Amino acid sequence: MKIAAEHKPFAQVNEEFREAIKHHKVIDIEDARGQKYLAIGAKHGVTVNIYGTPGNDMAAFLSGAKVEVFGNAQDQVGNTMDGGEIIIHGRVGDAAGYAMRDGVIFAKNECGYRCGIHMKEYRAKKPVIVIGGGAGSFLGEYMAGGTIVLLGIGCDIENGAMGYCCGTGIHGGRMYIRGAAPPHKLSRECCVCECDADDMQAIAKYVKRYCEYFGADFDEIMKAPFKKIVAASSRPYNNIYCSNKA
Amino acid sequence: MEYNLELVMPRYKIVRDKERCINCGACARQCANEAHVIYDDGTVHSIDENCVNCQRCVCLCPAHALHITKYPLEFCENANWTSEAIQEVYTQAKTGGVLLSGMGNPKPYPIYWDKMLLNASQVTNPSIDPLREPMETVTILGRKPDCVKMKNGAITSKLPPQIKLSMPIMFSAMSFGSISLNAQKSLAMAAKKMGTLFNTGEGGLHRDFYPYADCAVVQVASGRFGVHKQYLEAARMIEIKIGQGAKPGIGGHLPGGKVNEEVSATRMIPAGADAISPAPHHDIYSIEDLRQLIYSLKEVTEYKKPVAVKIAAVHNSAAIASGIARAGADVIVMDGYRGGTGAAPTRIRDNVGIPIELALAAVDSRLREEGIRHNVSLVVAGSIRNSADIVKAIALGADAVYIASSALMALGCHMCRTCNTGKCNWGIATQRPDLVKRLNPEVMHLRAANLLNAWNHEIKEILGGMGINAIESLRGNRLMLRGIGLTQKELDILGIKHAGE
Repeated sequence: MKIAAEHKPFAQVNEEFREAIKHHKVIDIEDARGQKYLAIGAKHGVTVNIYGTPGNDMAAFLSGAKVEVFGNAQDQVGNTMDGGEIIIHGRVGDAAGYAMRDGVIFAKNECGYRCGIHMKEYRAKKPVIVIGGGAGSFLGEYMAGGTIVLLGIGCDIENGAMGYCCGTGIHGGRMYIRGAAPPHKLSRECCVCECDADDMQAIAKYVKRYCEYFGADFDEIMKAPFKKIVAASSRPYNNIYCSNKA
Repeated sequence: MEYNLELVMPRYKIVRDKERCINCGACARQCANEAHVIYDDGTVHSIDENCVNCQRCVCLCPAHALHITKYPLEFCENANWTSEAIQEVYTQAKTGGVLLSGMGNPKPYPIYWDKMLLNASQVTNPSIDPLREPMETVTILGRKPDCVKMKNGAITSKLPPQIKLSMPIMFSAMSFGSISLNAQKSLAMAAKKMGTLFNTGEGGLHRDFYPYADCAVVQVASGRFGVHKQYLEAARMIEIKIGQGAKPGIGGHLPGGKVNEEVSATRMIPAGADAISPAPHHDIYSIEDLRQLIYSLKEVTEYKKPVAVKIAAVHNSAAIASGIARAGADVIVMDGYRGGTGAAPTRIRDNVGIPIELALAAVDSRLREEGIRHNVSLVVAGSIRNSADIVKAIALGADAVYIASSALMALGCHMCRTCNTGKCNWGIATQRPDLVKRLNPEVMHLRAANLLNAWNHEIKEILGGMGINAIESLRGNRLMLRGIGLTQKELDILGIKHAGE
């Protein structure tokens, strides 16, 4: 089933989409021109292919569907998503995966600011974001769970593929950074460690999938070392308050 | 040794009438603060410094042997350095911490509700007796269209989603985490029984509460705890929380110590981890961004749910509210500086924000001037203490009010203002299973329902006295209000005349 987005306003495209998924499992949205909320809340079993440039909040509240974008995506991809798979053959804008709780986001190229902000995990729900290029500042801000893999392909990974203030307020989850994680780019709440065998196994799994999606060279990517960033504490602000008994 | 020197003296003195005390130990068993102890010889004694004056022991002592007074402590205080100010310095000097307080702003700022008087009919336009004549308090929240087309007595134009409440009173946001499951369940049951709504706060909706979802307002706050498609679809209304009156500009922070298995499951975060909701939503930096979030919630619920935006009442509320209405919100919620909370930094709670009465009047006037008042419903909160406050709020322009502190009082809260400690002896602001089970929702929801019932009846009485038979006719009817002891500036902002005019 094809939906031509073209010049239509977002409400119309999304209305057509809601109608379409009642009868079809695979939806192609063609010639997207910045319409917001494409594939919002789409459920398990649905596949959405988006051609052109989707607008902000694409695949927000995603509930299990697979969304593939053949181009760049804008801000807040996968906002508060609860499950599913988002594959972007290009870059993602700011705040990708805001508060995502489950599912995966793969971006071929770089991401904007605040990628993975508020990412969280709960029992079997363990979200993953894999970014092929570099990241803007505040990667993994307030991160409370889940996994971010930053490959930094094409970046100066010796000086850190991330921007500044990485992991500000992090109190859970983990980031795997290909190359260096220099202290001046990290927040005080971060703790940098070496990857053990389990970490490398997890990284290899995600990189393999990345290579399958985007046709990259697995061995070439895995040549560089990875660092692991975790939270120094699960309760970073535990000691700043006192009870006022006056 | 000197470093540990305790300069803060007890707040309260527990007075035990030895002649009445039967040493049954009920007080010791009831007190989570350990203000009562049973000695080895079987006698019961009290420790003043642990007492928070929650009155649990006083209410449950079978011999009526206990009462609690203020600690008879005379600081060398003066009008500037009050004992409160002195003790706060002592506490911070000892701990180096940010002062944290529970409940709402206790400072003696003006209470404008008490400086406004209501009108009543005499001779002309006679008053109405609500016991014998129909009196309408049904309130409908939601965006109203610019015009409505009708055919054969039925509305044919497509209406935005509307919510019908039996009265203009709802229970305000209190999350599971800040209050206990039994406390939230009591409110949910009372709301369902009385035909109004309760509010989940930003803690998610517990799996057992989905049967109550049709009377739930679900919150979406910056941390997005427990937010997913099913949660949004189940609710009656969705509320975006931008701010709250007790701590404008500050986020929420549920300490990991309160995140037990059930709270963890509802918020969908690991047990024991801090639940941090930062001050800003990181996808909102402008009115346009707010519009984007509002419409993302509308899109995901197929435009079937009204979306409210809650803000704290601050200096520029009128301009902000205009922006929110234009951003597409169906309801604006404003929370005044006296609004309660489980925990807020003392300095923020006591010094930031403005009175809800002034903010309400300013916002209602501004929306009317701009011709967009009908585009949005206005709900106010921030220390609504009784039905007269509600009537005055509606006359100033509110569609409905949210109540929280008074709702908790209906469940037994004694306003001891130590919610943040998690040791609430009344089973309200705690997650300790032994304390939570003290609050039986099957019984206590009836008290919350009684309160709503009583207030609704009082509203009808007051309306009848004014010669009005529907709350709709009172809305924004500021001629029914007169100021008492107010300056001209205050009267101008409230948009009312002085008594006698």
